[in-house]
Amino acid sequence: MSVLVFAELDNGLIKKSSLEAIYYGSEVAKAKGSSVTVLAIGESSNEALAIAGKYGATKVLWASDARLNIASIQAYSSVLAEAVNATSAEFVILSKSSLGDAVSARVSAKLKASIVSNVVDLPDFSSGVTVKRSIYTGKAFATVALTSDKKVIAIKKNAVNVVEGDGSASVENFAPALNDADFAVKVTGTHKASGQVSLPEADLVVSAGRGLKGPENWGIVEDLANALGAATACSKPVSDLDWRPHHEHVGQTGIKVSPNLYIACGISGAIQHLAGVNSSKVIVVINKDPEAPFFKAADYGIIGDVFDVLPRLTKAIQASK
Amino acid sequence: MKILVCITNVPDTTAKISFIDGDTKFNKTGVQYICGPYDDYALSRAVELKEQHGGTVTVLNVGEAESEQVIRKCLAIGADDAIRVNTEPTDSYFVAEQIAHIASQENYDLILMGRESIDFNSGVVHGLVGEMLGIPSLSPVMKLEIDGGVAKMTREIEGGKEDVEASLPLVLGCQEPIAEWKIPNMRGIMSARTKPLKVVEPVGSGLTITEKYALPAPKGAVKMIPAEEAEKLIDLLKNEAKVL
Repeated sequence: MSVLVFAELDNGLIKKSSLEAIYYGSEVAKAKGSSVTVLAIGESSNEALAIAGKYGATKVLWASDARLNIASIQAYSSVLAEAVNATSAEFVILSKSSLGDAVSARVSAKLKASIVSNVVDLPDFSSGVTVKRSIYTGKAFATVALTSDKKVIAIKKNAVNVVEGDGSASVENFAPALNDADFAVKVTGTHKASGQVSLPEADLVVSAGRGLKGPENWGIVEDLANALGAATACSKPVSDLDWRPHHEHVGQTGIKVSPNLYIACGISGAIQHLAGVNSSKVIVVINKDPEAPFFKAADYGIIGDVFDVLPRLTKAIQASK
Repeated sequence: MKILVCITNVPDTTAKISFIDGDTKFNKTGVQYICGPYDDYALSRAVELKEQHGGTVTVLNVGEAESEQVIRKCLAIGADDAIRVNTEPTDSYFVAEQIAHIASQENYDLILMGRESIDFNSGVVHGLVGEMLGIPSLSPVMKLEIDGGVAKMTREIEGGKEDVEASLPLVLGCQEPIAEWKIPNMRGIMSARTKPLKVVEPVGSGLTITEKYALPAPKGAVKMIPAEEAEKLIDLLKNEAKVL
């Protein structure tokens, strides 16, 4: 009974969140005395995929058919289900993302597999298979037993502390049977900001709210983010006002992030915003209002004007390099 | 056009979360229940599409009798009728099975729902339903237009957006700004009382069991840094918190 990890690619490279899923998979395999195979779909290279070995994988199945270069939820699901059958995998591990959600769901239905998402820790095998998952948008946890023979586990960022090894994985070509019906959805255009740190993948996030007073002031937020190598994010009012794009909106109805560091600038900290960031390891709040509720959820706080504090922090980071 | 909108009955976003019976049950005492905010977007868009193209909007909820207040509100917003599958929605697969079972009895052109429920946040029910019915599923959809039998959509992807097209029928997980939230008016509220609400019993069983709940460990006290010494933060993040 082996473990199969679905790895997402970004520009041919395995995404960081998927490397974490591979490591998670290798820990599951260790506990079950089996091995980890990785499935990668789309354009890549042998060298880029062999990296999976550093995270505990022994083998990578690479489905490189040109029709798969654009992510198709149905086609990817069919390929993953075929790989599960080819490897007789008991566990399918992947990282929670919009593609991951869609693909894991369809694979679960294909295989009648138990599916649990937002998993925050390694499984417990003491009695069957149980996992700890985040619920109520990070406000609580649940312990869930997976009762089917096949099990799909979608992990949240930082579910496991990754330790890099020096292994290398063998890369094998995987040629699944592709079905025309799986390409019924046509992508007619892609609008993607380039050169930015991906928000769901980021270890460090600098986020700002209405305290910035207007979109023209975002330079100081971007400067701080650039100095840190962080992604930028924003609160819901800021995205509603079109100061920033919707894909930067963090909160209950936006993206949920769990970075190592979340710096909130000029955000009061409404409960709906906290729901999107409460699984961050360390939270810093900078706000001139000492009564801002966000301070109660913070690890570090500065009561001050963002227009004064942010440029000084940027300078301090540059000076410390 | 026949549209099925699946809605969840969930604790309000500001609800205080706690558990009872040895942390095996959610404590409903004093908790206000709402229609999931993403589901509200799905319903609002469905009603707009009905206004543009004609047809019907049916609301479907997998939930116990207490969901009916929220279901009536959906009828007041403009849905024509409702179906409630009388069971506790305990597992994504189980909920999807109910939706697929209901949907397989009618020819719906669109099955809409929120991108995720705000209680369990899995975001997988649309994909499960799509696969169970053998039709495409897409999420999170932030724009939806119907032109003939084709849906033109914009979907959020990591760091941006993607335009997609597909023929109906489809299962879609919705999010803002797909529609403006509709608020029920007095006429809608009056007519909702007499709109049909059918209660049916569930089929199948789930593939997971939730055994226990827990609250996160309480956060330690916040360490305040005077604004005039803001630079000290960088040192603390490096050497104390060790996140830089």
